[in-house]
Amino acid sequence: MITAEQNIDKILYPILEQVSDPEIPVLSIMDMGVVRSAVIKNNIVNVEITPTYSGCPAMDVIGDDIQKALKEAGYHSEIELILAPAWTTDWITPKGRKALEDYGIAAPLEAEADKDVLLNGKRIVKCTNCSSQNTRLVSQFGSTACKAQFQCDDCQEPFDYFKCLK
Amino acid sequence: MKENLYKYILGIADNSLILGQQLGALTGHGPSLETDIACTNISLDLFGQVRSYYQYAAKIKGEGATEDSIAFLRTERKYLNVLLVEQPDTDFAYTIGRQFLFDVYHFLFLNELQKSHDVTLSAIAKKSIKEVSYHQRFSSDWVKRLGDGTEESKLRMQNAISDLWTYTDELFHQTEADKAMVEEQIAVDVTTLKDKYYETVNAILTEATLEIPESKWFQKGGKKGIHTEYLGYILSDMQYMQRAYPNMEW
Repeated sequence: MITAEQNIDKILYPILEQVSDPEIPVLSIMDMGVVRSAVIKNNIVNVEITPTYSGCPAMDVIGDDIQKALKEAGYHSEIELILAPAWTTDWITPKGRKALEDYGIAAPLEAEADKDVLLNGKRIVKCTNCSSQNTRLVSQFGSTACKAQFQCDDCQEPFDYFKCLK
Repeated sequence: MKENLYKYILGIADNSLILGQQLGALTGHGPSLETDIACTNISLDLFGQVRSYYQYAAKIKGEGATEDSIAFLRTERKYLNVLLVEQPDTDFAYTIGRQFLFDVYHFLFLNELQKSHDVTLSAIAKKSIKEVSYHQRFSSDWVKRLGDGTEESKLRMQNAISDLWTYTDELFHQTEADKAMVEEQIAVDVTTLKDKYYETVNAILTEATLEIPESKWFQKGGKKGIHTEYLGYILSDMQYMQRAYPNMEW
């Protein structure tokens, strides 16, 4: 597992927790693990964020939303986009995984299981509607770059699966 | 300005830009909803990677250059992409063939670029390779599905591979900028990727029950800015907004 340290001033946590992911509004950007550092220095908050995927169109919005939230709390801020270390689905918090599932997106499996699902057609992704594992891959790509499209063969629900990225 | 580094970055990024533009043009035109979404998602990944490269290139160039000016305001001969990526979508087999022949190279290339002594390039490579391994999975799957499919799909996949084969050797040509950057341990020595490339490609083609083309005559020129007729049309589409409304921004 890749563990890259986050460096976030405790006092900023509640503010950043309020900023939601524009693509998945039920999820805080903190739960997605895209905020890598947020440090107050000379009354300015320096924030480093990292994209889930290179072309993620949400990054500009996330940057703007962070600045707005910090401004409302009385801080000026500077946002920097960093690429290294590269984001991994391991950085999604347990709370974030739960929020994904509640929203109708199956949370990422471990790397090996993910491979079995996407390459070998194994039926183990849990349907977000009825929890059946009798689900199949419909499309390797879904509504955004980070997801694949699945369908449940028991309740027929189509749903997104968040692909494992390591 | 570090001329060689600048050119080296464009040589990498222009491939992704032109291929991304081609795939993006398929939006709403893919043969099925799933392939349509796939092509446009791959396009999005490539554009994301391109932005990182061009932002870095703009910093090196200075003189008010931006990622947009580099992407949109060069003339045809200033683009350094390989000929492979500018080949047209004759049919879906060509789209897949072009993608497959590029993806295999792209993955091997990024795998080495991760070790670059240039920290920015290394970071972009580490980020991109995760995405590109998925692209390669997608295009390889389709080569196998079409090759080992019906008589018609096999014929078309074979035609695409046989036609595009002539553009594969150029992937492993070194430019002067490449050589200088290899010296500084910034660039990947692409000549070392060739054996592994054909080994990987041939294994998939064999699995797809397709013939491995025997032709030893290869096209080249893109890396020096000498392109096939197709690039001009791609650029006129891509640059239209910036030419019609100079300095426009999103």
